[in-house]
Amino acid sequence: MQWSLLLNDYTFQNVIVGASLLGMISGALGTFAVLRRQSLLGDAISHAALPGICLGFIISGGRSMGSIMLGALTTGALAALVMLALTRMSRLKTDAALGICLSVFFAVGIVLLTYLQGTNNASQGGLEAFLFGQAAATLRSDLWLMGSITLGALLLLAALWKQAKLVTFDAEYARTLGIPATFIEALLTVMVTLAVVVGLQMVGVVLMAAMIVAPAAAARQWSRHLGSMVVLAAGFGVVSGITGATISTLSRGLATGPLIILTASAIVIVSLAIAPQRGLLWGVLKHYRQKWTLHKQQMLYTMYKWQLANASSHTRSQAQGLLWPRLALLRLYREGFLAREHSDRSYSGWSLTKSGITEAQRLTAVLEGKIQ
Amino acid sequence: MLDNIELQIILVGALVGIASSAVGTFLILRGNSMLSDAISHSIVFGIVVVWLLTHQQSGPVQLIGAALTGLLTVFLTEALASTKRIKQDAAIGLVFPALFSIGVLLLNLYASDVHIDTHTVLLGEIGFVWLDTTELFGYHLPQALVSMGIMTLINYGFIALFYKELKLATFDPALAKTLGFTPTLLFYILLMLTSSTAVAAFDAVGAVLFIAFAIVPPAAAYLLTDRLWMMFVIGSCISVISSVSGYYLAAYWNVSIGGMMAIMTGVCLMLAFLGGPRYGVLSQWLRRRRARQSQTMPY
Repeated sequence: MQWSLLLNDYTFQNVIVGASLLGMISGALGTFAVLRRQSLLGDAISHAALPGICLGFIISGGRSMGSIMLGALTTGALAALVMLALTRMSRLKTDAALGICLSVFFAVGIVLLTYLQGTNNASQGGLEAFLFGQAAATLRSDLWLMGSITLGALLLLAALWKQAKLVTFDAEYARTLGIPATFIEALLTVMVTLAVVVGLQMVGVVLMAAMIVAPAAAARQWSRHLGSMVVLAAGFGVVSGITGATISTLSRGLATGPLIILTASAIVIVSLAIAPQRGLLWGVLKHYRQKWTLHKQQMLYTMYKWQLANASSHTRSQAQGLLWPRLALLRLYREGFLAREHSDRSYSGWSLTKSGITEAQRLTAVLEGKIQ
Repeated sequence: MLDNIELQIILVGALVGIASSAVGTFLILRGNSMLSDAISHSIVFGIVVVWLLTHQQSGPVQLIGAALTGLLTVFLTEALASTKRIKQDAAIGLVFPALFSIGVLLLNLYASDVHIDTHTVLLGEIGFVWLDTTELFGYHLPQALVSMGIMTLINYGFIALFYKELKLATFDPALAKTLGFTPTLLFYILLMLTSSTAVAAFDAVGAVLFIAFAIVPPAAAYLLTDRLWMMFVIGSCISVISSVSGYYLAAYWNVSIGGMMAIMTGVCLMLAFLGGPRYGVLSQWLRRRRARQSQTMPY
């Protein structure tokens, strides 16, 4: 397929723009959710949006995006508030409160859904698309709605930046400064609903959880500052949105939502592996480098001691067959600490060079200084 | 007696509640409730993979596959969390959507013509349990009733056998470890039972409502009592009450029976949350007011 053709495709344009908007808003808001240890909030809220979708459908009498989004927003926010109330006012922990909101609100949604089916409404088939998302059905008008929600959420975040930051990292301190911490916390919690509402059409209820967590978790690996983390998370969100949407369009028949989620998951894995400083790969490399240095030092030390004890200038390698010592020997040779000895009986051994002796003496001083 | 469809449905609902709240109690107490959410979603992946390998949509192979998928989910979550780069809750939120996505894509790729409805897996339909019957001791019993009964026996059998160990491992894992009780192993077995229960419950209530039955009754019980054995009793009572009341309300309004039962567990929780004798909002408020009134005396 030709790229220019693809880019002019109406559906493709819609899906790309929608997926980018979703990535942007869920990345930015997800950062706060993840940092505040409410990663699964997106999951709970997106399930809780189902009754709202049905209500919006019942009230407007049709599949109008505006009323459905409004309904989802209402019940999602309600679920978030119930969740906060359950954790604040009882001994239940966050995980239990999340599970309760998720399942009970979803149950209400199911009941409403069956109620709708019972009333034999002709166009209710479109509702189930929200469970798994139906990116290709995105309309231009939906995009305007999604765009304004995203813009609104980002503006709100920018306006409350300082307070949000303080509340996220030190709510107690924020409270002593006179910032209404509880209100800000509730606001940050409820705002996740905005991201969920944008994502319903694109990835569906079930996969929204990952859209909140994945970009933020990936961004956390690269950055230690809230500002750059939010920007990076939004960026990762957009990249996974666009990649997933493109793959889905190019391979007819693969669902968009799962592809977006898998791209985001891949970004997390790569970030975990290679992000500077925090990357797991660097840890492994560092470990091996240290092991290697230790091997070389042991080798030098042993040879130096042997040389002193035997008063001879060269040694025969005792460990011809072993891989690690041989590699260490070769490495030392390349670094100029050792020299190859060829005596007449064609038997090769190793001897310490001048710099090798200096290095070995330094090492001995360090080691024995420590021992004594 | 057991030919009564109403009674069969109510029994299945109650058994789903009793079996899942048994394992849910420990999840609530350990602070791992959302693992039930993760397990019940990622099982879609297990069902698809097992179907691709064996072409069986139900039966013992699927149960084993589901148990293994549950373990895989927990294992991956723990592995991610143990890198210390990602917190445990975030790890849960990463693992199960990824597995779920792979499951859906596999369906897209290899099984588009087959009817494994992810929709059915997620929602289930308790109203049809009486259609699928099996014969046991000369009675025609619904398949779901038999499998849920077996799961209930297994779950409570395990809990009864290892009651002391589980109690210790839940409330003081460090002490349990020093005494040599391997709390991790116990926990993994519990999670395996959770995923098997989830699969057994799928036909009846679906993945999401399973969470309601697993989490909500124990959570309500947790608000009402401080005794572990009492939590099981209250959890089971709430399951039975929700099942009965949910069924009749659903029949009255002609809506989803499983959904209505799950809502009723939520109603029970709300009652416990507001009116619980010790931890309820109302009694806390009363206690605080009494304290304020008696505060005229300086301490």
